[in-house]
Amino acid sequence: MDRFTKDEIHPKIIQKLLEDSDITIDDALENEMVLNMGPQHPATHGVLRLVLKLDGETVIGCVPDVGYLHRGYEKMAENMSYHEFIPHTDRLDYISPTANNVAWVMAVEKLAGVEVPVRAQYIRMIIAELARIASHLVAIGSFAMDVGALTVFLWTFREREKIMDIWDIVCGARFTNSYTRIGGVANDMQPEAIALIKKFLEGIDNNLIECEKLLNTNRIFIERLDGVGVISKEDALSYGYTGPNLRATGVDFDLRRAVPYLQYDKIDFRIPTFTEGDCLARYFVRTDEIRESAKIVRQCLQLMPSGEIKANLPKRVLPNKAEVYTKMEELILDFMLINFGINPPVGEIYHAIEGSKGELGFYLVSDGKGNPWKCKIRSPSFIHIQSLPHLVKGRMISDVVAIIGSIDPIMGEADK
Amino acid sequence: MGLEAKLSGDGFFVTQLEAIINWARKNSVYPMPMGISCCAIEMMAAADPRYDIARFGSEVMRFSPRQCDLMIVAGTVTYKMSHVVRKIYDQMPDPKWVIAMGACTSTGGMYRSYSVVQGIDQFLPVDVYVAGCPPRPDNLLNALIHIQNKIGNTRAKEFQNKKRLELNVIQNN
Amino acid sequence: MELKEIIIQKLNEHFPDAGFEFSEYINEFNIKLDKKFIQPVCKFLKEDSELEFLLCEDITAIDWARRKKRFTVVYHIFTLKHNYRLVLKCDVEEDDCNIDSVTSVWRTSNWQERECYDMYGIKFNNHPDMRRIYMPEDFEYYPLRKEFPLMGIPGSLSLPKK
Repeated sequence: MDRFTKDEIHPKIIQKLLEDSDITIDDALENEMVLNMGPQHPATHGVLRLVLKLDGETVIGCVPDVGYLHRGYEKMAENMSYHEFIPHTDRLDYISPTANNVAWVMAVEKLAGVEVPVRAQYIRMIIAELARIASHLVAIGSFAMDVGALTVFLWTFREREKIMDIWDIVCGARFTNSYTRIGGVANDMQPEAIALIKKFLEGIDNNLIECEKLLNTNRIFIERLDGVGVISKEDALSYGYTGPNLRATGVDFDLRRAVPYLQYDKIDFRIPTFTEGDCLARYFVRTDEIRESAKIVRQCLQLMPSGEIKANLPKRVLPNKAEVYTKMEELILDFMLINFGINPPVGEIYHAIEGSKGELGFYLVSDGKGNPWKCKIRSPSFIHIQSLPHLVKGRMISDVVAIIGSIDPIMGEADK
Repeated sequence: MGLEAKLSGDGFFVTQLEAIINWARKNSVYPMPMGISCCAIEMMAAADPRYDIARFGSEVMRFSPRQCDLMIVAGTVTYKMSHVVRKIYDQMPDPKWVIAMGACTSTGGMYRSYSVVQGIDQFLPVDVYVAGCPPRPDNLLNALIHIQNKIGNTRAKEFQNKKRLELNVIQNN
Repeated sequence: MELKEIIIQKLNEHFPDAGFEFSEYINEFNIKLDKKFIQPVCKFLKEDSELEFLLCEDITAIDWARRKKRFTVVYHIFTLKHNYRLVLKCDVEEDDCNIDSVTSVWRTSNWQERECYDMYGIKFNNHPDMRRIYMPEDFEYYPLRKEFPLMGIPGSLSLPKK
């Protein structure tokens, strides 16, 4: 742990740290320690940087510093067509890429007024829920690793690899899928993929119980999390919490239920909530959500009708590849769509879905041309990181690691 | 830059010593996982039971740069991050190698934008570039094998003429 | 009575001078108002017991480039009571590039306003911590303004020495 000198910390950060006390910076360096955590730190889940003010081992102040992964998504979106941006959404929340794909194309479809066939909607639900399972598995695994249980990490990654295999068959890519298209999905779900999904769903409950056995009865794990990083219901809402982190405080809010999209209103599922609002509750919400997501996928497989997977709107939706190579009309349409975009009408919309971290929203402004005039990404991780100073204040330095793990930030979407 | 370089500088023949040191070095490469974005997840997947980087003696991921030989830069490096990456590289002891994992690390990839460095070779010496966005774990293992071959072929005299610049940087820090 | 009508009635009653313009586009209810009134209107919408817009989802801005009032600051707020989303909009001129902060209403707006400042250069009055958030502190430009080139301005961001 380095003790910083005055020159090494940016003056504005120091100013922020010291503003609620009347001591000078020289006094502070004598009595209290300013500790830099990150951006390269195993527990910060990427490149999050925290500047902590410590009194002994107690954290008395914290300033998060983000932007180390700021890739300029919103500027890039203004310079490319709506189709071109689909691969970029994979890399926002890179743990659950297909959920981001779904969010983006649904926003564009809302803007352009495209109706999606029912089968495609069910396929989208399946991949979005699988993405949620994958994301929560990584969240639990890396969270357990942060507090010292390495085995769980290996086991949850083993389960996640099975989802990667499914995606590998469904769309040909293991990790960054870009599976959805405006007006539908890229290709129909293969029978092999459905067989693999069924096999995965058979095993997930038992395998999850196996992982839970390692954690739920582990005294070290429980005691490191119980009562740590507590946030009340009112504070959580004021900080803009959504997703599992909000549900761990007792608010029964889920966009799948509140503003049903796709076919979620036809599905029977429970919204797991806990009232404690601490790290342990956030962990329990995630494990329960994996079970609920598995339940949703099971129902989707049953309810999924056969039929088209793309809307029949030649001006908006890409034609099938086989037809592009054989028919003149389709070739022209494909060329026009790729080069000039889909030209939605002038207007602006906001569409949000329940991503794995929380509410993932896209705000799009169209000026009638092929590329968006403005695109804003409402990313849940960005909002959650903001509350870190509130959560870590008064806790020990080792709790900081547990708290970061429990709110599960992904810097790709936090920094955009 | 170890014993063998020192000895050969003093006029000893150190071929056997060199061979044994290289053999040991290449089969126990300690990676420094500089996980920045998406590629970091695939790097983690390379360490999981299926791909099992332990087969190549590199399962010991060290988050402290002082204990590492190999830096795997996994993810988009922005201008703000580049100073951090360079600082960590400077802190690693010699001899050291760098893998640029993924398209955006190697060339900027799909991120043609104002905040992304268009290839980390603008400020770091890179030994192996890995293609893919992100590369599959098998691809990373392949890069590791390339690094091992490179280490196996390293001769002590290559270090001899190298200036001690990097060492000075560490001491100044 | 629909929620929309209740909102219109209540706002007109409490803020007669705010210059409201109501519109609807694809099931989204938009309210445009004078930027001076943004803080009290937000406070009212949050604290009114019938509405309870507790969740501030998003704050951002739009750069219209050629319009006289160059920027529009957009607020998306959500009420859990009725599961209803509302869009508030305020025009901001380039010469007078500031607007009141709503951090005292929703704490989440702190970073969102900082992001807005970082990307567009719109200052938020009474904000507790008006700094850049993504770009380095010494960066001089505002990347999401339309005149800023996609590949940036050469030399504006430094690289370490090789």
